[in-house]
Amino acid sequence: MVQPQAILLKNCRILDPANKLDKKASLLVEKGKIKAIFTSRQKAPVLPKKLLSFDLNGKWVVPGLIDMHVHLREPGEEHKETIETGSRAAAAGGFTAVACMPNTLPVNDCQSVTRLILEKAETAYARVYPVGAISKGSMGETLAEFGEMKKAGAVAVTDDGKPVLDSQLLRRALEYASNHKMLVISHSEDAGLSRNGAMNEGFLSTSMGLKGIPHIAEEIMVYRDIAVAGYTGCNLHLAHISTRESVNLIRQAKKRGCPVSAETAPHYFMLTEEAVKDYNTNAKMNPPLRTPEDRAAIIEGLQDGTIDAVATDHAPHSILEKDIEFDRAANGIIGLETALPLALELHRKGHIDANRLVELLSSNPARILGVKGGSLGIGEAADITVIDPEQRFVFQEQDILSKSKNSPFIGSALQGKAVLTLCGGRITHNLLLE
Amino acid sequence: MNSEYLFAHKHILGLDHLSVPDIEHILTTAESFKEISARTIKKVPVLRGKTVVTLFFEPSTRTRLSFDIAAKRMSADTFSISASTSSTTKGETLADTARNIEAMMPDVIIMRHPSSGAPHYLARHIKTSVINAGDGTHEHPSQGLLDLMTVKEHKGNISGLKVAIIGDISHSRVAHSDIIGFAKMGAHVFVSGPATLIPKKIEKLGATVCSSIEEAVTNADVVMPLRIQKERQNDPLIPSFREYATFFGINRQVLQAAKADALLMHPGPINRGVELAPDVADSPQSVILDQVTNGVAIRMALIYLVLGGK
Repeated sequence: MVQPQAILLKNCRILDPANKLDKKASLLVEKGKIKAIFTSRQKAPVLPKKLLSFDLNGKWVVPGLIDMHVHLREPGEEHKETIETGSRAAAAGGFTAVACMPNTLPVNDCQSVTRLILEKAETAYARVYPVGAISKGSMGETLAEFGEMKKAGAVAVTDDGKPVLDSQLLRRALEYASNHKMLVISHSEDAGLSRNGAMNEGFLSTSMGLKGIPHIAEEIMVYRDIAVAGYTGCNLHLAHISTRESVNLIRQAKKRGCPVSAETAPHYFMLTEEAVKDYNTNAKMNPPLRTPEDRAAIIEGLQDGTIDAVATDHAPHSILEKDIEFDRAANGIIGLETALPLALELHRKGHIDANRLVELLSSNPARILGVKGGSLGIGEAADITVIDPEQRFVFQEQDILSKSKNSPFIGSALQGKAVLTLCGGRITHNLLLE
Repeated sequence: MNSEYLFAHKHILGLDHLSVPDIEHILTTAESFKEISARTIKKVPVLRGKTVVTLFFEPSTRTRLSFDIAAKRMSADTFSISASTSSTTKGETLADTARNIEAMMPDVIIMRHPSSGAPHYLARHIKTSVINAGDGTHEHPSQGLLDLMTVKEHKGNISGLKVAIIGDISHSRVAHSDIIGFAKMGAHVFVSGPATLIPKKIEKLGATVCSSIEEAVTNADVVMPLRIQKERQNDPLIPSFREYATFFGINRQVLQAAKADALLMHPGPINRGVELAPDVADSPQSVILDQVTNGVAIRMALIYLVLGGK
C-alpha cells in the first residue's frame, strides 16, 4: 500500500450527502486527510510539489464505502477468508471499512478475540470494526462482556448467524449495550419455523423437494425485535432484511418513532429464489432468496428510507462447504466485490439517485455504527472511493480477490466499478493511470 | 411411436424433465420388455458387456433389487455399493465417490440419496449416465413410471382418470413423481391428508388439494395411500399412528366412495393398519404386486434407453 504525500483528484463529481454536496470539483488529499474541495471557478489551494494527480473526467468521488456486515472468518476458518484477503476484496469493491461479525472460531465474545482481530487488521486494506457477540459463545444464554469488548475496539454486538431466541436476553442486551453506547444488531429468525430449511418456502421448494423457510420466520422476529426496541427505547439494527412484510413492519415502526434501523443485501434486491434452480448452492443463503414481490418491496424500502443501509453479508465458503449436496451446503455468498455494481444497477434503473446510493453504502452505515467516515468533510481522514459508473466488466472467478469464490454473480455482465480506493490517504486499490 | 421420435436423455433425474412422448416411449419400451420376465430363460443379450452400478445412500430392498434384476435380465453386469452417508460426511464427498466409481468405467450409475438434487449434482460432475432411484423428498422417477404403466395396463389409458393420493405428500418423492407424471398424461390428480403433510403450492405441480380424504377418493379410478412417519427431524407431523389410521387411513368404508373398479396402489413398504387396512391391501382391487412386477420392466427400459437403445 502506498501512502503518497498528496493526491489530487481533478474534474470529478463529488457526491457527499452528509455535507449535502453534489458538484463538479476537485479534491486534494494531504497527509492522509481531506485538505480541500474546490471548483474550477474557485481559487485552487497551494498544491504541494510532490503530488499524485488523477484527472477523473467526471467520475464520482464519494466517501469511502462502509460495509456494516461481513464475515472475515479469522480467527478459525482461514481456509475461507482472512482479514488480509477479505480486506483486499473490500478495497477492490470500493470499501474503506468493514464491520466483521463475531461468528468466528472462537466466537468474538471477549476482549482477547477482539484484540486479536484488530492486531491482524493493522496491516489490512480497510478499516476493520469488530462486532462482538451478544451472548457468550453466541449460545443465547448469558451476556458477553460488552464493556471490555468496546474498550478493546468492538463497535457493536450481535449473535449474527443465529437469532437471539430468548426475548429477555435481547431486552437485557439492548439495555446493557446502551450503557456502553454500543449498537445491537439482530439476526431476525424464528428458528423453529426455519428448522432444517434450505430455501424460501413456496412452489419452488415444493417442486425441488427442499425444506422451505417461510417468510414469516423472519417477520415474526422482526416484529418481536421492534417491540423490544420500542419498549426499551434502545437502538436496534435489523440485519439482512429479505421480505415484504419485514419492510412493512419496519416502515410502520419508524413512523411511530421506534429506534430501529435496517439493512439489506444486494442479492435481496437483485435476485429471487429462481436463482437456486438446478440446486445452485451459490444461491443458498440465510435468509433465503425470496419472491419477486419481496424483491420489489426491498427496493421500495431502499427508496423511501425504510431500509437505511446496503450491507453485503459477505460470507465466504470454500468448495468444501459449497460444492456438495444442496441441503448440506453452507449458507451465504461473498459480496464485497459485487455490491457497488449491483447498487449502481438500482441507480441506473431509476430506483435510487446517486446521493441515496452513497447514503446507503457509506454515510448511513457510518452513522448507525457510530464510526468515523461516511463524509468528505475538510480535515477528515481521506477515506475515499472513486467510482466509474460507466465501466462494464464481466465478473469472473479468476478476478475475485476474496479467498472464496461462492458468488451467484460469476459470469454476470456488470456495470460500474471502484477504480481508486483511498483509506486514510493510502492507496488500497487502484485501476487508474496517473 | 412415430419414426422421427428420438429418446435423447442421457440421465433420468425426474419426471419433470420428461415430455409426454418421452413417457409414452418409456412405457411402450417397458411393455415390450415385460414379457422377458415371464420366460423360462429370463435373459436377453441386449446389454451384454455393459456395467451398471447401484449406489445407494439409503436403505432399500425393493428398488435396489428391482434395478439389479432389470439390468441382469438384459445381461448387464451389476455391482452394488451401499454407502452410509455418515462415512461420506467423515471424508469423501459425493463427487469424489462418484469420480472414483467412474474411473472404473461403468455405463450407468443408479443412485439413491437422502438429499434432494443429489443426482443432479452427480450428473454435473461425471460423464456417466445417472438414473435417480430416489432423491430426498424430490423425485422417484422409476416409481412414477411404473405407477403409470400399472394404471395404463389395467385401465387402458391414463388421460381423464381421477387419481387420489392420500397421506404424506410433503415428504414423498413418489407422490411428487406421480403428481407430475399423471398430470402430464392427462389424469386429474387429487391429494389429501393431514394439512401438516400437504406442501405449499402443490397445486401448481398439477394436483388439486382436498380438505377431506373422502372428497379426494369419491369417484376415483385410482387410490394410493402413502407410507406415513410420525415425525421427521424434530418436526411434529401427526399425533399418533392410531389417530392417523382413524382419520386418514384407507379402509373398506373409505374405498367404497371410489369407483367400483378403482385400483388400489401403494409404493411400499406398507404400514399395515396405519395408512392401509390389511383386508384392503389384500383385496382384489389391490394392484400393489403388479406395481412391483412392472417396476422391473420400467427399470429395464430406463437402463436400455439411457444407453442409447431405440
